[in-house]
Amino acid sequence: MTVNMTKGQAISLQKNDGGTLTAVRMGLGWQAAPRRGLFGSRTREVDLDASAVLFADKQPVDVVFFRHLVSDDGSVRHTGDNLVGGVGQGGDDEAILVDLQRIPVHIDQIVFTVNSFTGQTFQEVQNAFCRLVDETNGQELARYTLDGGGAYTAQIMAKVHRAGSGWQMTALGTPANGRTFQDLMPAILPHL
Amino acid sequence: MTAELVRGQNHPLTQTRLEIRVSAGKPVVAGATLGDEQGRVPGAEWVVHPGSPILPGLEVSKQAAADHRLAVDLGVLPESVHRVSVLLALPVSVGGPVRFGALAAPFVAVTGLDGSEVASYTITGLDAESAVVALELYRRQDAWKVRAIGQGYAGGLAALLTDQGLGEAAQQLAHAINDAVTQGLARAVATPPPRPSGETRVRTASPGAGATSAQAGAQNGPGTAAAPSGTPDAAPSTGSPSPVDPVTAPAGAQAAPAGAQPALGGGRAPSSGGPINYTHPGRQTATPPAPPPPTAPPPGPGQPAQPVAGDATGWSMEERLYNQVWGMFEDLARTAAAYRSAVDFADSRMEQELDKVLSDPRSRIGGAGDAAREAARARHARLVDQARQVLDRDLAQLRAEADVVEPALPPAYARWDNPVWHAYRAPTEIPMALRLGDLHLPERADLRIPMLLRLPLERGLWIDSGRSSSGTASFTDSGQLRRLALDAAVAHAARLLAAYPAGEFTVHIIDAAGSGAGPLAPLVAAGVLAGPPAVGLTGVSGVLAQLTQRVDLVQMAIRNGATDALPAGLDTAQQLLIVNDFPGAFDDRAVTQLRYLADEGPAVGVHLMLVADREDAAAYGPLLDPLWRSMLRLTPVPDDHLADPWVGHAWTYEPPLVPPGSQVLHHVLNQVAAARGPWNP
Repeated sequence: MTVNMTKGQAISLQKNDGGTLTAVRMGLGWQAAPRRGLFGSRTREVDLDASAVLFADKQPVDVVFFRHLVSDDGSVRHTGDNLVGGVGQGGDDEAILVDLQRIPVHIDQIVFTVNSFTGQTFQEVQNAFCRLVDETNGQELARYTLDGGGAYTAQIMAKVHRAGSGWQMTALGTPANGRTFQDLMPAILPHL
Repeated sequence: MTAELVRGQNHPLTQTRLEIRVSAGKPVVAGATLGDEQGRVPGAEWVVHPGSPILPGLEVSKQAAADHRLAVDLGVLPESVHRVSVLLALPVSVGGPVRFGALAAPFVAVTGLDGSEVASYTITGLDAESAVVALELYRRQDAWKVRAIGQGYAGGLAALLTDQGLGEAAQQLAHAINDAVTQGLARAVATPPPRPSGETRVRTASPGAGATSAQAGAQNGPGTAAAPSGTPDAAPSTGSPSPVDPVTAPAGAQAAPAGAQPALGGGRAPSSGGPINYTHPGRQTATPPAPPPPTAPPPGPGQPAQPVAGDATGWSMEERLYNQVWGMFEDLARTAAAYRSAVDFADSRMEQELDKVLSDPRSRIGGAGDAAREAARARHARLVDQARQVLDRDLAQLRAEADVVEPALPPAYARWDNPVWHAYRAPTEIPMALRLGDLHLPERADLRIPMLLRLPLERGLWIDSGRSSSGTASFTDSGQLRRLALDAAVAHAARLLAAYPAGEFTVHIIDAAGSGAGPLAPLVAAGVLAGPPAVGLTGVSGVLAQLTQRVDLVQMAIRNGATDALPAGLDTAQQLLIVNDFPGAFDDRAVTQLRYLADEGPAVGVHLMLVADREDAAAYGPLLDPLWRSMLRLTPVPDDHLADPWVGHAWTYEPPLVPPGSQVLHHVLNQVAAARGPWNP
């Protein structure tokens, strides 16, 4: 079952049986859009990057992205940079795995972002999506369709934050522009 | 629009801020040279490379990587620069490919800052070359253009740089570049073994069943049903295709593209319903098999999983233990990183809050200031407490794991005080790795991780008999330190001898001044050496000449594919040369030979163990820097000089010294000698 979240909607990551969510995966998948032209549908490479920024008290303390694949404490892991996207299988081309139980105690928010490193806007990619999955059972918690999303090169997707003893997720879905997460920092701060 | 260039073709550049992307499939070194109007590079300082990665307008990566993104700003290059040559080279002495012909054709692209491709070029037709000038950016009438070059050099970087007009400096610079690439590895303990995709070690110590089901679930791909809770270690499916573990990518920071090493199906057939696994059970390219079902009873509710020795992937118990030890090493590094970052954050937050109180005029009146200060301290204490609790929980679990793992270790992995050494017999096979000592962090000094190094050795060992920089050895005088260093060297040598099957490891000793006779006695007395320790100038040059010749012969044979043509009398065993009191009695020629052995030896089975104080060799100046850097530095006393490959904590290393009064060393060396007996009378 897929929950298509709306912007700003918050869901608690409590499971039905009362246990809390322990591991989430942010998945990102895309295909380059074919360009119509003289030589048929030659496509241009599109490189989307998934990043996770770890905040303590609104201060960024660690980032997991294609140049830093594992947070120092090992709780957040990127599966590796994919430079060209998928061939349309609908699977995740990049994924970030978060072991919520191992997040250091001072980190209270994690913001997930998607950037187009090659600079194309989401109009130029096909079948692009990002989603958050409960790793324990494979259930999708949130899913965004990125393509046709307008002339943006980035999206601040969602944040996962501490609430009481567990974690809560808020869908943000804010479009933005930037090639890496650094460019997005000003846009992220208001959401903290 | 992208111009796909062919060799020699040029293309105008309209932007001055550019990025050059390289993808080669395998780790390569990227650099650039800046040339003047005649195309000559004036000097080594006009070359950007991993050892000197930044010049105005140009930045390259400090590491070898499969993919590079070089930043170029043509606008801020000095006026005198008329040409930028982008070069790629294969890193030497890291065991990778030695010719570009063994790689897919490297691809380079010039892109704008927005990622739009301006020009691209695929360097085809490379064969024995190990360095190549990929592209050239050049000034033509106040405008910049790019030209596809693709000029390869079989002579490597040195030949390439010579051709750029660097002359005599080329050789030195090529060395410096290779050093810089290997130096990244020099302080590191070793590259960790690859973790199979999707594998997570069970170390979450949160209450019982919940944790285990989370772990088991994490190992399944999305879409698969959650493992029923309460069945710890339900055979994890490794089927979900994930890329190689990031930490094993040689590039470190920059990962190989996803899927560079697609994980094959799980090592064992799925229990039911899945496709048949056609993987040959003995073929090791597949993902190693999952750990066997635990032998310990499942934990009761609210209890962390019972640790089990060998609870890791691997084809044999030995490999499983090796992977488990590395897993514990990483877990401890990461757990400590989490704790330290939380404490650092708590400290800096408290500082900020106290500053605020101080600068707030209201806090000077009444008790408001004191209350605010109190609150800040309480917040600090609460966070540190929380972090400490998590740390203690993890440390306790790792400690429990260490308690079951240590006794299960085979001799090569075991401490000298492990009873397994009393039953030592010469092995018939070389173990995967050898324990070189213990590592621990200040957070818990009694939690010691075995430091396992893969065999055969890939670089020399330097037992530092000098005063430690960290001052931990200040209590020991220099004579005592030298003695301890030799004791450590003897212990390492004994472990190496014991690890290899009878007669497959030969030890030579150079003790030029004869000062090491006391500590070296156990090796000499047991009769496990190739000959008595070499003394004096002639002794030194004799041993060095013998080993140099051996390296030359074996190299030549390998290069010509004629390994069966080696002289019949050649000792096929691995060779270890222990040098005491370097550089005493070493003339320039001997130093050169020693450096040659350090560089070329490991690949052909000739290893070096230097017992030396760097100060003693100070007269050689920077000449010997590459030698020191190429070796793994070990200390005879506990010293915190080793870094882990994940976070880079400073770990305290403890040498594997034989417990005082123990006869284990004699026993083991006698066994080694006895096992050789029939063949080496």
